[in-house]
Amino acid sequence: MLSTPALVLAIILFGLGLIGLLSRRNILYMLLSLEIMLNAAALAFIAGGARWGQVDGEIMFLFILTLAAAEVSVALGIVLQLSYRFRTLDADAFCEMRG
Amino acid sequence: MISLLWLIPALPLAGFLLLALCGGRLSRHHIAWVGCGSVGTAAVTTALVAADFFRGFPTRESYQQTLWNWIDTSGMTVGISWNLDALSLLMVTVITGIGFLIHLYSAEYMAHDDDYARFFAYMNLFVAAMLTLVLADNLLLLYLGWEGVGLCSYLLIGFWYREPEYGTAAQKAFIVTRIGDTALAIGLFILFTQFKTLSIQQVQSLATEAWPVGSNLAMIVAVLFLIGAVGKSAQLPLQVWLPDAMAGPTPVSALIHAATMVTAGVYLIARMHHLFELAPMVQEGIAVLGLVTLLLAATSALVQQDIKRVLAYSTMSQIGYMFLALGVGAWSAALFHFLTHSCFKALLFLAAGSVIHSLHHEQNIFKMGGLRRHLPWTFWTFLIGAAAMSGVPLITSGFYSKDWILWSVWSSPLSHRWIWFGALLGAMLTGLYSFRLIFRVFFGEVRTQPTSESGLAMRLPLLVLAFLALTVGFLEMPHTLGNITLFSHYLSHALPTTALLPGMEESSEVREQLAVTVAALLGIGLAALLFLPGSLFGARRTDQSTTHPSMTLLQGGWGFDRLYDRLFVRPWFAITRNSSDMVDRGYEWLAVCAESCHGWLSHTQTGQVRWYAASIAVGTLMLLGLFAM
Repeated sequence: MLSTPALVLAIILFGLGLIGLLSRRNILYMLLSLEIMLNAAALAFIAGGARWGQVDGEIMFLFILTLAAAEVSVALGIVLQLSYRFRTLDADAFCEMRG
Repeated sequence: MISLLWLIPALPLAGFLLLALCGGRLSRHHIAWVGCGSVGTAAVTTALVAADFFRGFPTRESYQQTLWNWIDTSGMTVGISWNLDALSLLMVTVITGIGFLIHLYSAEYMAHDDDYARFFAYMNLFVAAMLTLVLADNLLLLYLGWEGVGLCSYLLIGFWYREPEYGTAAQKAFIVTRIGDTALAIGLFILFTQFKTLSIQQVQSLATEAWPVGSNLAMIVAVLFLIGAVGKSAQLPLQVWLPDAMAGPTPVSALIHAATMVTAGVYLIARMHHLFELAPMVQEGIAVLGLVTLLLAATSALVQQDIKRVLAYSTMSQIGYMFLALGVGAWSAALFHFLTHSCFKALLFLAAGSVIHSLHHEQNIFKMGGLRRHLPWTFWTFLIGAAAMSGVPLITSGFYSKDWILWSVWSSPLSHRWIWFGALLGAMLTGLYSFRLIFRVFFGEVRTQPTSESGLAMRLPLLVLAFLALTVGFLEMPHTLGNITLFSHYLSHALPTTALLPGMEESSEVREQLAVTVAALLGIGLAALLFLPGSLFGARRTDQSTTHPSMTLLQGGWGFDRLYDRLFVRPWFAITRNSSDMVDRGYEWLAVCAESCHGWLSHTQTGQVRWYAASIAVGTLMLLGLFAM
């Protein structure tokens, strides 16, 4: 079936994203990893939609795309503020609140 | 016009909301207008509603109005619904009419108080709650009003909350009446489990069908309702809060602790009279309770030094008369005494307030004297009030109501001769303590120099109430004097008429009336002899403190405070002190557990985003693993 390689690709992409998220300290790279994970999930939806011949998967993909755009716009605003305040992009430096 | 009924409780409530929400931004002038105006318009609405009610009376005996459903669950529907009949119309008239006069009076009396808006907000809320109580169509709504007036009583007793003593008095009133309220609530629960409804009419008709006279359940419910009434009306054994409640401003004492709220118990028993007729033993108990209370309170009133405490004990005593009348089945007589009492007692309190006002808040009657010439208005109105309370024959309302009660006690098959003699002794004591007050405060030499007489806003209510205290009695005159039965005829549509013993004819009624008259006059004469300066014993009794143990016993209201302190308060404190270690151990262990768990878990809160992401990932994996298994 066509969907199996697509799912494998999705899993690999998701794993790569997760590793990137956990290992990177630069917050911009963490955001990039997050995008990769989102796209992996979207790919899984597409594969599912293709497997069952239903349009829902593609609709979900559009939703995820919109969500990703919104998320990035908010996140970049926060990143901007953080870099103004702390003069760094190191995620581990933003741990003042401890919670 | 009768459909305006909902406005009567709504207007004071609106006044309360307005004053509570933006009272701080209004000027004093506007606050007084809102406070008095809301109750005044309610009184006018009452007059309109009453006029319409009487147009259809007596073919239409009651009028129901449902506004909306308050509680609607399966098996229980409670509406915000009003019921206007002869009994509730009487109560509403008194509450709004006398309430308005007292509001008008307080506009001047409280004029220099800092919390002017708060005062009127509480007063308006009280009037709204009291109207809810008497207009309620079902017992739950009645209970809402019942608790509402209790709350306002608490708030207003502790109105000057900066004095810790007053706060304690407020708490005492709240806690003691709470005992009665709890009993009343249990009574409601029993009625609901039995009949699946709380509508007053339905409950009573179902109860008369289901329960035979004297059945256990009827007795239990009647006793529970009686405890509720006793708590609210300051009767034995829950009477200890009323004398301390005098800590509140004087208009509060006049409105809440004399004219309206303390008679809520009388209203409750009269409203539930079908229930009490099913429990004759409880009804007899009401009579005895009333008698004992009226004698205890009357003797305590004889020796008090604080002018307001004298009036507080006299209120207990007069409500004792009402309970006595309820106990012997003289429902209308009790309500008639309620009507006259609310006129003359409000008058006495307001006049006492006028005295206190002009003496710079001096309340000790041994520091007063000779005010007759300085405060003529106050003197004459106070005299009328005291005469009405003592039952000076023919000209005062108190005579007609008290005479009716005593005649009912004499002639009722539910009563005994000794009860009548006790009540007669009470009538004598009433004359004695009322005129002791008059002679102490208004005669003799001046001990504290008064300021000038109070202004129009305080004088007008006094005059109106004095007029009422004289004339309200003419609504109902005994067979031997004029035979006017307006009041009993009117109330006979809501309450059963009093049963008479066979063989009670007019000659015995004349003899009985003579006895009442003689008792009242004897009391006044004794007071003149003992307390009028310049009379036989009057000169010698000027010392203000007596150390004789019987006097201290009477001054403390027969030592009930000390008894309850020993019986309940101290043992309770002792229990809490001794058991605190044992019980607290368990709770402490819980606290220690929670604290260590907290310390342990708080290590995971590092504040590092990557750590959180990792924990989310691990958690998701674990969940997936769980589902996979």
